[in-house]
Amino acid sequence: MNENEESTIAAQSHTSLQLKQNHAGARASRRHFLLHSSAVVTAAVAAGASKDGYAATDTTAATAQADNLPPNIPKWTRSLGSPTASPYGKPSDFEKKAIRNLYPGLKEPMSAYSTSPLQELDGAITPNGLFYERHHAGVPQIDPAEHRLMLHGLVERPLVFTVDELRQFPCVSPTYFLECSGNPSFVPPYGKTAAEVAGLVSCAQWTGVPLKTLLEHAGLKKEAKWIVAEGADGAAMTRSIPIEKCLDDVLVAYSQNGERLRPEQGYPIRLFVPGYEGNMSIKWLRRLHVVDEPGYTREETGKYTDLMADGRARKFSFVMECKSIITQPSGTHKLTRKGTHEIRGIAWSGHGKITAVDVSTDGGNTWKPATLQAPVMDKALTAFRFLFDWNGEEHIIMSRAIDETGYVQPTLAQLIEARGKMSFYHNNAIQPWKIAASGEVTNGRV
Amino acid sequence: MDGFKAILFGAGIACMSFAIQAQETHDFKGLGKPLGHEQLSGWNIDVFPDGTGLPEGSGTVAHGEKVYKTQCMSCHGVNLEGGLGSALIGGKGSLATEKPVKTIGSYWPYATTVFDYIRRAMPFQSPQSLSNEDVYSVTAYLLAKNEIVPGDTTLDAKSLAAVKMPNRDNFYVDNRPDTKNTRCMAECLKK
Repeated sequence: MNENEESTIAAQSHTSLQLKQNHAGARASRRHFLLHSSAVVTAAVAAGASKDGYAATDTTAATAQADNLPPNIPKWTRSLGSPTASPYGKPSDFEKKAIRNLYPGLKEPMSAYSTSPLQELDGAITPNGLFYERHHAGVPQIDPAEHRLMLHGLVERPLVFTVDELRQFPCVSPTYFLECSGNPSFVPPYGKTAAEVAGLVSCAQWTGVPLKTLLEHAGLKKEAKWIVAEGADGAAMTRSIPIEKCLDDVLVAYSQNGERLRPEQGYPIRLFVPGYEGNMSIKWLRRLHVVDEPGYTREETGKYTDLMADGRARKFSFVMECKSIITQPSGTHKLTRKGTHEIRGIAWSGHGKITAVDVSTDGGNTWKPATLQAPVMDKALTAFRFLFDWNGEEHIIMSRAIDETGYVQPTLAQLIEARGKMSFYHNNAIQPWKIAASGEVTNGRV
Repeated sequence: MDGFKAILFGAGIACMSFAIQAQETHDFKGLGKPLGHEQLSGWNIDVFPDGTGLPEGSGTVAHGEKVYKTQCMSCHGVNLEGGLGSALIGGKGSLATEKPVKTIGSYWPYATTVFDYIRRAMPFQSPQSLSNEDVYSVTAYLLAKNEIVPGDTTLDAKSLAAVKMPNRDNFYVDNRPDTKNTRCMAECLKK
């Protein structure tokens, strides 16, 4: 029994039950009339559509499971629902698949990541409870009254802020995607679902104070070149961010999609570094150290550096380059009829706006432009759609995004040619899905 | 008519100056309290490659082995080979192969990062619980096991910053974009 059912029963007084029964009685006689009249109509016409365009009686509706299907009146129409004002609304109990899953193969849940169920989502905004996670020491539960943000180093006035003080600065509310740098690796096993392939990306509207505002407030010194940002979790995660970026569009964010950040997303405050690898958007932000050299922290040396085929490695590879993925239909989905299907997906670029998405349904030989959902926003997920006439044969479908710099999303082969197979991070390859003659959809990468 | 214009002009000036004045009176001065040295010293644990931020004190390889056995071994293995935690040894010469092993010894460019990371995030179950002496010591132990410092080393701020890691010079700044896909629309697989 869930919470809603429990409270429904508790709220029912004798009077309301009585009312309900009366109500149900009236409905039953009406139902009898409807059944009777529909039977007359059915008898009058041959099988198939009648003259007025209605279909003959669906005989499958006679089974027990069809009690709530027409012509029967559903039980939820003949009774009261749950009471108003459950303190925090939840998804329908029937939506079992729209959940985050621990990434396949992870051994423990404290330094781990979970994926957004891309194949279950529509549009371009990720619900807060389904936003992907990456934690390095679990999710701290922080009392905002006991949290502080220090701003120090190369500033005229080192300051310590309360969360309440940060909310008093003029704020902005842009929409940005966030993507983990390793989404996914370059080598097998390749994921079964869109979530397993690229579920470490999500998108939300973030509200916060521009970091530039705080830096000007504290008096940024000319020698400042980098800011080392630190989290208050057990990993005390640190990343160095170039000062140019900090003065451009970086936020100290406290809200996500209109509500305060979830603990998993850095409550009470996080850094948000638009278009850059997710790891830099330090959660549970507690300190900003303005310096003239990068910290070369573990997260920008031992991790989040890109190993090339020659054994050398790229450092400070911050931007998440242009990428897209078809989420509908995608792995584990099934097409149930021949005919037109709408292919849907998401595209994004850390360099700015998406200008086009092309879709191929023949394995990459022929491409046609998809329709983009307006408004297309800077460094935000952009939903796209494309009508596909399925003839019941095997097809490989894929999408290819282009951003405002003119950059075209690459194939995995092109990425491997440039970097080798072991660079792990920044895989923005075109993702193929195979539609079998049965309609079943699987990963087209084998 | 001229008089009316003058009144309008005057009113316009008054409005403008009011707007300018209003802008100038924006005041966020009270937000944020001056940060004191004592407050900062409790939280600022950043260590930089030149040694900035390294604390006083020192540690030996021998003491580091004891710290490792009680605090690190259960996750990182008896021989630093890794387990639930990452491997802390090995991988020399593997980076350009199909099976690269990235460890402190084979991959990390700065020894200061080892100290910084252990002090802030380890042991995994109870981070920021080790003394500076313990952190110096276990750093010395790990570097010695990786044959980067001798087995009788004592590390302090000066000597740790002076350690040159084997892979230090093999990092270069991001030079993407590195792919040049084109927006081919037809017969793309034949090209």
